[in-house]
Amino acid sequence: MSDIFEYAPAPESRDVVDIRPSYGLFVNGEWIDSLGDERHKTLNPATEEALAEFSYATPADVDRAVDAARKAYDSVWGRMPGRERAKYLFRIARIVQERARELAVLESLDNGKPIRESRDVDLPLVAAHFFYYAGWADKLRHAGLGEDPRPLGVAAQIIPWNFPLLMLAWKIAPALACGNTVVLKPAETTPLTALAFAEICRQADLPPGVVNIVTGAGETGQALAGHEGVDKVAFTGSTEVGRLIARSVAGTRKKLTLELGGKAANIVFDDAALDQAVEGIVNGIFFNQGHVCCAGSRLLVQESVEDELLAALKRRLATLRLGDPLDKNTDIGAVNSAAQLDRIRELSDAGEAEGAQRWSPPCALPDKGFWFPPTLFTGVAQSHRIAREEIFGPVLSVLTFRTPAEAVEKANNTPYGLSAGVWTEKGSRILWMADRLRAGVVWANTFNKFDPTSPFGGYKESGYGREGGRHGLEAYLDV
Amino acid sequence: MTEPGRLAVRKTYKLYIGGAFPRSESGRSYAVTSSKGDFLANAAKASRKDARDAVVAARKAFPGWSGATAYNRGQILYRIAEMLEGRRAQFAAEVADADGVSVKRAGELVDAAVDRLVWYAGWSDKIGAVRGAANPVAGPYFNLSTPEPTGVVAVVAPPMGPLLGLVSVVAPVIVTGNTCVVVCSERAPLPAITLAEVLATSDLPGGVVNLLTGRAAELAPWLASHMDVNAIDLTGCDEELAVACEKDAAGNLKRVLRPPAGKIDWLADPGVDRMTAFLETKTVWHPIGV
Repeated sequence: MSDIFEYAPAPESRDVVDIRPSYGLFVNGEWIDSLGDERHKTLNPATEEALAEFSYATPADVDRAVDAARKAYDSVWGRMPGRERAKYLFRIARIVQERARELAVLESLDNGKPIRESRDVDLPLVAAHFFYYAGWADKLRHAGLGEDPRPLGVAAQIIPWNFPLLMLAWKIAPALACGNTVVLKPAETTPLTALAFAEICRQADLPPGVVNIVTGAGETGQALAGHEGVDKVAFTGSTEVGRLIARSVAGTRKKLTLELGGKAANIVFDDAALDQAVEGIVNGIFFNQGHVCCAGSRLLVQESVEDELLAALKRRLATLRLGDPLDKNTDIGAVNSAAQLDRIRELSDAGEAEGAQRWSPPCALPDKGFWFPPTLFTGVAQSHRIAREEIFGPVLSVLTFRTPAEAVEKANNTPYGLSAGVWTEKGSRILWMADRLRAGVVWANTFNKFDPTSPFGGYKESGYGREGGRHGLEAYLDV
Repeated sequence: MTEPGRLAVRKTYKLYIGGAFPRSESGRSYAVTSSKGDFLANAAKASRKDARDAVVAARKAFPGWSGATAYNRGQILYRIAEMLEGRRAQFAAEVADADGVSVKRAGELVDAAVDRLVWYAGWSDKIGAVRGAANPVAGPYFNLSTPEPTGVVAVVAPPMGPLLGLVSVVAPVIVTGNTCVVVCSERAPLPAITLAEVLATSDLPGGVVNLLTGRAAELAPWLASHMDVNAIDLTGCDEELAVACEKDAAGNLKRVLRPPAGKIDWLADPGVDRMTAFLETKTVWHPIGV
């Protein structure tokens, strides 16, 4: 993108990955064929090339998976001593590390995210989550959740396409550590790393039925969340679907946790270290193409530094490199699907139509694949759709404020409450802001940081329950 | 109770909203009888509008109450216990009428309610230490998780246990900084309104607790579907109402505390679940460096 100098391409090799032409479902430790005949292809969003064919599991397939999970729970996993469960999880963590390069390439191929991110963020965190929760398996009564915490049983887990393997780890690691068995449904556009994880379970000799993977779309998810045989439903995805799941679970005794959308404010005060703030803003909204529920999609900048900050931000955006996700120099990869690209376009067009000013750095988009340039909107009002609705793409809306009170008011003016960012060199102001922001995670002078020891989850319509840390155990225990 | 030759001055039972005691805007009331069927009083029958007003009052009170120090909130809960103790005889008489138990037994239930308030008062400045965490993240960051109140909580109080049950569902909600709108026992609402008189004179800011008397089946669905209510406690709902309310609660993804499977023993150790059901965890990250 830069006119000053070009980088030589540094592509990661695809040879480290072996993708089968076609995948079945992983049930009771075996690959089985779906009872239905609906099959779809998963695409490489950067090239639109078909990567593999996979099944859309039917309700009858979901029955089989839940039965397998129940049997494994009753006969093996639910009664296994925690110290033994721990060793299985440690094994899985090690295998993930051993196969990290392969999994990172596979994730970038199927999702479109830059290899730099799948290699340096996703995969290390996946391994870290299994290591972290492995250690809890034999220490549950020390978790402060009661003297005799018990597993719930069979957990139905439905995960999104933005961090396919990381979300799998967030769901499966604590569930297994607590003694539950799982049936997991990956997103229909990104099933491949979950299917690769099934092989990892086999390499770890995990007892059959402890982890079951059923691929499919919304209907498979509905069959799973609504299945009478599951004791727990965990969902990460859109607030809209979260609402449907909450309704469907009502009146059952299933425990439910939801990690839903966000419209985070990234608040920059006039005394902030502006260069650091620019990096944080870029990381906040352009990381993973903005496909992040906690993305800092609303920049709130103090009016007195607006011009200076925007100039620096634009300079920085002009250096971002968009293109081949497997190129190690790439900062911005492909949008995950044509449908998502349409949504990003629709909302961006609405931004212009409603009177905000759109800006993107000069940026050539590849001919094939699903691409959207990093985009800034200035002159955004709180009533604009781009300031209210989750875009889930590389689109930043810039608003301004004058006083800290106004910043709080605007930041909280959303039904969401997942995350927020605060940039100021004044410690007392950070704490004052952190107190008042209605959000589950507040990043001060940093953004988009994750760690298995740190609880994550939202207020208000961003969902309920926490994942990560000691708090993340509660979702999988009867306490 | 009446002495010969003197007509008793009867109490008018009203709602408790925003620290004031209004009648229902609907003008409706309903007859409350003792467990033996004797007429006791006409209680206000709250309407949807009353419920909405109560939510507005609770929302208005939230910043102040959640922003108060834990020490201060604990002191106020203890003060409620003091005021309740001071009116022990009146509560014992009302509970005896409502539950059909002896005045002696009713007195024990009042004592338990006082003790429950004292127990929760002590939690205000401890729940953060028990439920919070300093997280050892793998990087140069300070990372701290603290529990925070969810916001405005709607509470459907249990029909049985008009005082002890009520105190046992309200205290855990407010001790952590939430404010609430409570649908009191439909069958036995009088101790609730007398409790409101205690709350009104115990330094509890107006609006922190709002008490509605009337029909749970009529009021609860409005609260469950209200977009400015953050959580709902369905303890006092029968199964059908609980399911309907839980479905409505999905509208803005309210936190839901479902009614327990079996009968509740309000005299047993309550544990921390009723507090934690209405807490969020906020995690703050900051880089470490010089």
